[in-house]
Formats: sequence, C-alpha cells, structure tokens
Amino acid sequence: MIEQEGKEIKTKEIALSMGPQHPATHGVLRLVLELDGETVVKCTPHVGYLHRGVEKLGENRTYLSALPLTDRLDYISSMSNNVGYVIAVEKLFGIEAPERAKYIRTIMCEMTRISSHIIWLGTHALDIGAMTVFLYSFREREWLLDLFEMTCGARLTASYPRIGGVRNDVSQQFLDSLYEFTQQFPARLDEYETLIDKNRIWLKRTKGIGVISAAEAVNWGLTGATLRGSGVDYDVRKAFPYDVYDKVEFDVPLGVHGDVYDRYRCRMEELRQSNRIIKQCIEQLPTGPILSPEAAKFVLPPKESLFKSMESLIHHFVLMTKGPLTAPAGEVYSASEVPKGELGFYIVSDGTGTPYRMRVRAPSFVHASVLPRLCEGGLIADVIANIGTIDIVLGECDR
Amino acid sequence: MEPLQIAEKIKQAFPGEVAEITSFRDQVSAHLKKDRLFDICRMLKEDPELDFDYLVDVCGVDYLDKKTPRFEAVYHLYSMTRRHFIRLRVQVPEEDPQVRSVVPIWQGANWHERECYDMLGIRFEGHPDLRRVLLPEDWEGHPLRKDYPVEGFTGEEDWHGYTEVVELSKKLKEFEWGN
Repeated sequence: MIEQEGKEIKTKEIALSMGPQHPATHGVLRLVLELDGETVVKCTPHVGYLHRGVEKLGENRTYLSALPLTDRLDYISSMSNNVGYVIAVEKLFGIEAPERAKYIRTIMCEMTRISSHIIWLGTHALDIGAMTVFLYSFREREWLLDLFEMTCGARLTASYPRIGGVRNDVSQQFLDSLYEFTQQFPARLDEYETLIDKNRIWLKRTKGIGVISAAEAVNWGLTGATLRGSGVDYDVRKAFPYDVYDKVEFDVPLGVHGDVYDRYRCRMEELRQSNRIIKQCIEQLPTGPILSPEAAKFVLPPKESLFKSMESLIHHFVLMTKGPLTAPAGEVYSASEVPKGELGFYIVSDGTGTPYRMRVRAPSFVHASVLPRLCEGGLIADVIANIGTIDIVLGECDR
Repeated sequence: MEPLQIAEKIKQAFPGEVAEITSFRDQVSAHLKKDRLFDICRMLKEDPELDFDYLVDVCGVDYLDKKTPRFEAVYHLYSMTRRHFIRLRVQVPEEDPQVRSVVPIWQGANWHERECYDMLGIRFEGHPDLRRVLLPEDWEGHPLRKDYPVEGFTGEEDWHGYTEVVELSKKLKEFEWGN
C-alpha cells in the first residue's frame, strides 16, 4: 500500500491478524498487528482460546483429583506441573515426601525440562528457518518420552507424582537407560550447536532482537530463562529450593544483553545443567519408601484391596467424594521452576477436602503479556522470533 | 528482612491501614484496607530496605457468605535483591468492587488485573486497558465467583457465540461434497 506523495513515499498502516491458527504462534495465540510497512506499530495479543476453567474446576474437586488438571496446563511438561501442584499441597498439609521420592521427582522434573527445552529449540529454530535441528531434537525427546512411558504408562499427561511421594517406584532398567542418556546427551547438544551456533542467518535473526533490560524484565514479572537471559539471577530452584535441589550441584546460566540470542544460550546451558542434575540424582538415589506414611489419607488404596477389605473400600469412597478430611484451614503460595518459568500455586483451604481457591500463576500468561513490549517498533519477521523466545504454551496461558 | 518485620513496617508507616497480620506455614499475610493500597505498594517498591521489585501474582478470592467484605485481592511480592517475600490481602467490598491499579508500579500487574476483573469482577481503577482477557469480551458474569455454577448458567438460550457457530456450520454443510 504505497502512495506516492511528491518525492516521499508514504505507507498506510494496515492491521494484520496473526493467528489463532498459525504455525508459528505455538498454539492458539492471536496477535493483532498494526503495521507501517514492515514495522510493527502496535501489537495486541488475544488469548483465552484454550480456556478450560482449571481454577474453577480445581475448586470443585478433591486435592487428589485436581492433580490430573495440572497435566493439562503445560501439556509438554506435565511432570513439572504435577510436582508444582504436589509440593503446594504438601506444604499446605505440612507433610513431607520420603527422600527417594524426592529424588525421583527431581529426576522427572529435569527430564521434563530437557524434553520441553528440546521442543522449544526445535520449533524456535524451525520458525526462524533452520529446519534440521527440529528433526534431530525430536530424536532425544522420543527417548525421554519412552522413559516416561516405562515409569508411569503415559507419555504426555503423566500424573505420576502423588501428594506425599510418587505413584510407583522406578525400575533399574529405567535408571540404566536414563544414565545412558545422560552420557550421550552432551555430545548431542554439541551437535545441535554446530548446526546453528555459527549459522550466520541464525545469528542475524537472534542477536539484538527483542531486547529487554534486566530492570524492565523484573518489572514485567518475567521468570525462567526469559528473565535470566537479561542477566537477573533468579531461579526458584535456588531461591526456594524444593525436593532435592539443595542437595545437587548446578549452575544458573545468565545472559547479558537480554536478546533472543542470550535467551537461546541460557536455555542451551540449562539443558547441560539439567543433564548434570539427573546424573547426580541417579548416583545419589537412596533406597527406601516412595510414599510418606502420612500420604495414606490422600492416595487411593490399591485396587485389589478394594475387593477384600471393607476399610479400603470406605477409604476409597471417602477420598473420591469428600477428599482428605484433615485439611488445615489456611493459605499457601508455593512456587516451582517449570521449564517455562515460575509456576505458582496459591491454595486457600477452608478446612474441607477440596481447595477453596486454587490459583495458578502461569509463567506463559505473564510472558504472553510482554509481547507488545518486545514486538512494537521491530519488524514483522521478528515477531516470530519473539514468540519463540518467550517460550509460551497456550494451554498454560489460558488455563 | 523477616516477613513479619515487613508487615510491622507497613503497619507503622500506614497506621490504621493494616487490619490484621496472619502467618501460616512461615508465610506472612498483611490484611489491608483498600484505600491506600497504591501508596503502600509504592512504598514497598521504592523503600531501598524493602525493594519489592517483582510482583509475583495478583489474584482475587471470593469469600461469599464467609466473610465481609466479600472479595479479597491477593498480591504476592518478592524482592530479587533482598530475597524476601510477602503477601498482601486487600479487602474489597461487594457493593463497590474497586481497587487502585498497581500497573504504574509494576507493569507485570497488567494482565493479572485484567484476569482478576474477568474472573471475579473486581475493577482496577486507573488500569490502562481493563478488558476481559481469557473470556470473550461480551461474556456475561464472572465465573470464579462462588455463586456462578461450575457447569455455567443453564438458561433457556445458549450463549450467542455458540449458536452463531452452530448456525454457520449448518450453512456450510450445504456445500459439503457428495450432496
């Protein structure tokens, strides 16, 4: 839409609706872009297409049966969401999981982080035009998903952690295969980096794009690698350690410039650190029970015992209909570091078996809100890079 | 700083504004009256000793028939530099569900407040763009209120957004192959 006016070439602003069905928006995100030529003048994100009312549903379910809802938040990293929910409820009830269960949960969280970051890397590179990484990265993800399947039977929506522990123990075969994975993974990571790290197109499209300063990133409430790319040292695993994050060694990689490239570097380094954590956890994994004795009031009795024991049947019935009867009245906020950032659960209990209010503080929701700040003034092609770099999943954003 | 000290500090700086200080599982909540919330937040952000630079979360809770005032807006604050945490619970009456927006202090409050308005109908005064965020803009009611049924209101008519889609799909079927 170019009009000639004397010597100057003037352009008319046009509004472009990008999404909700668009391959580069990573789900059903809709952006209304007002463009002046190729420059984005205004960007308005519209979310909510995947809203399922998780918070409302959580208020009407028992603590146990609200667990599968958390799978469906960030559906590519369900284990971390489960753990985030479970530690919030554990904190509310004041119980603690046994050591072995904590180690297993940490392993699962880090496996999820690797599989989520791998998807992020693949799709982000695909959006910007480096297709090969995508094909390679799904190879490693497949391995991890097979391992999830080996443990709990599900590849995506795991619901494996339980309040006060985990559902079942991991097998030796699982640990062997995972250890093999940790041995091979660093070399695979190097392989990805040879594909894109010195790729001139990749560098041109990521360096100096979507810059956000440290103070501004904190002010906007960014978390996770999106924040650390700007050089702010905040990681929930270090600030409020849960499970066994205080017993393993790992570094928190930080960026400097706060652009797309630095966030990419942060996530790549996080992959290495996750690998390191998993390795330490396997080496340190203690033997012992996987469910705390106090967890009996949350966890359903084994199915076989329902046919033999009256007690189990009653217990099962009460758990499913009323929930745990000994809930204390109070409120907790509990945060966990999921691959996307800080996932917080604010649970208000009124002393009954269902949460009175279950608030989910979703990192993707906050990250989606910063899109106008990143995109406005930039080129339309960089919108794609910006959506990729904040790493959002709309299931979590919309809840 | 210890969270209890922070709550005490707010109480000293704004006498009469802190209704109560409660603590549960080592987390401290300061229950505030809503009138001077903005000033309290500005102090929490700007006082170098407190330096709450990160607004973790804003959400609303509906205490229907349990408490008066009915609503509460809950703010979670954390300081990246000082490493301390506090929760503010602001009382919001049902008749006039309005609170001053804290967006001028923390940009991150923008969407949280929009969501709170969307879900509970608490209005944030001075918010730059207070529209519904998750639900359609012409949705009626606020789903997270306790008097809103889980399965939605089952009136005689379906929501017009739904009926429009059904009508459209009927129309499109006329063009289906094989007819």
